[in-house]
Amino acid sequence: MSDNGIRYISKPHPVTGVTNSKLGIWCFLASEVMLFGGLFSAYVLLRASAPSWPHGSDLLNVPLATLNTLVLITSSVTMVMAWASLALKDFSKYKRYMAATILLALVFLAVKSVEYAHKFEHHHFPSTNTFYAIYFTLTGLHGLHVLGGVVVNTYFLFPGSALWKKDPEQFKGRIECAGLYWHFVDLVWIFLFPVLYLL
Amino acid sequence: MTDNPEEIKKHVKVYITVFAALAFLTVLTVAASYLKLPLVPAILVALFIASLKAGLVAGFFMHLLSEKQVIISILAVTVFFFVVLMLLPALSSSSLYVS
Repeated sequence: MSDNGIRYISKPHPVTGVTNSKLGIWCFLASEVMLFGGLFSAYVLLRASAPSWPHGSDLLNVPLATLNTLVLITSSVTMVMAWASLALKDFSKYKRYMAATILLALVFLAVKSVEYAHKFEHHHFPSTNTFYAIYFTLTGLHGLHVLGGVVVNTYFLFPGSALWKKDPEQFKGRIECAGLYWHFVDLVWIFLFPVLYLL
Repeated sequence: MTDNPEEIKKHVKVYITVFAALAFLTVLTVAASYLKLPLVPAILVALFIASLKAGLVAGFFMHLLSEKQVIISILAVTVFFFVVLMLLPALSSSSLYVS
């Protein structure tokens, strides 16, 4: 670590006991909780004040969403295994698990695209009704987060992984932060799935 | 988090167990939806299972069970304001609400 870099990104800060990177990503995730929290709150308000509300399973594809839930859960496991591989100093295993995480995220997005395409074919758009408005807003924002995760993880799989040779501890910290973000994206879906598709 | 290889290997076994639990709970959520419960019990069951799954992901994959106090404090404040956000819609139907 050079002297002009950000301090305490490889070693814990003596006051907080965690690296500044980890503190930063948790503050970011806190803001993300509020972002999605606001939309969940809007969902509750819209649903509670609507004279009638459709059952999600009547309009949406539950088997595809169940598959996507399992895909995202599996990607969370491969992500944490990528981090564990670095902790065990097995870089080639890290690459395999990270590649699997990216691949699973792309599968999730592909399945979501199929769902969206099906909706558009039947002329169901955000403007169709309040249910579709909040459905597309919540799943669209979540999908953008998945896409963001793919971009970050792809960087850490290819050019960003050069840091492993220079500063393994810092690289492991970066993967831990990327993992925390990825698990958060999984957490959001864990609530979106029953709220939108099953209730 | 520990850097001890033996500890990490133990964690890996836990991750696999948590994955199996998450997959099982996902199937359980879908199965519960086929019971066609009335709305309020259906919401309670779905959110209970989702909270269990979220707890597993946060506790084990995000390592919150062994996280430092500063992170837990940030999350406690976040949870408080999240709850406030969730309670806001109740105001709109409350008799105390003045438009």
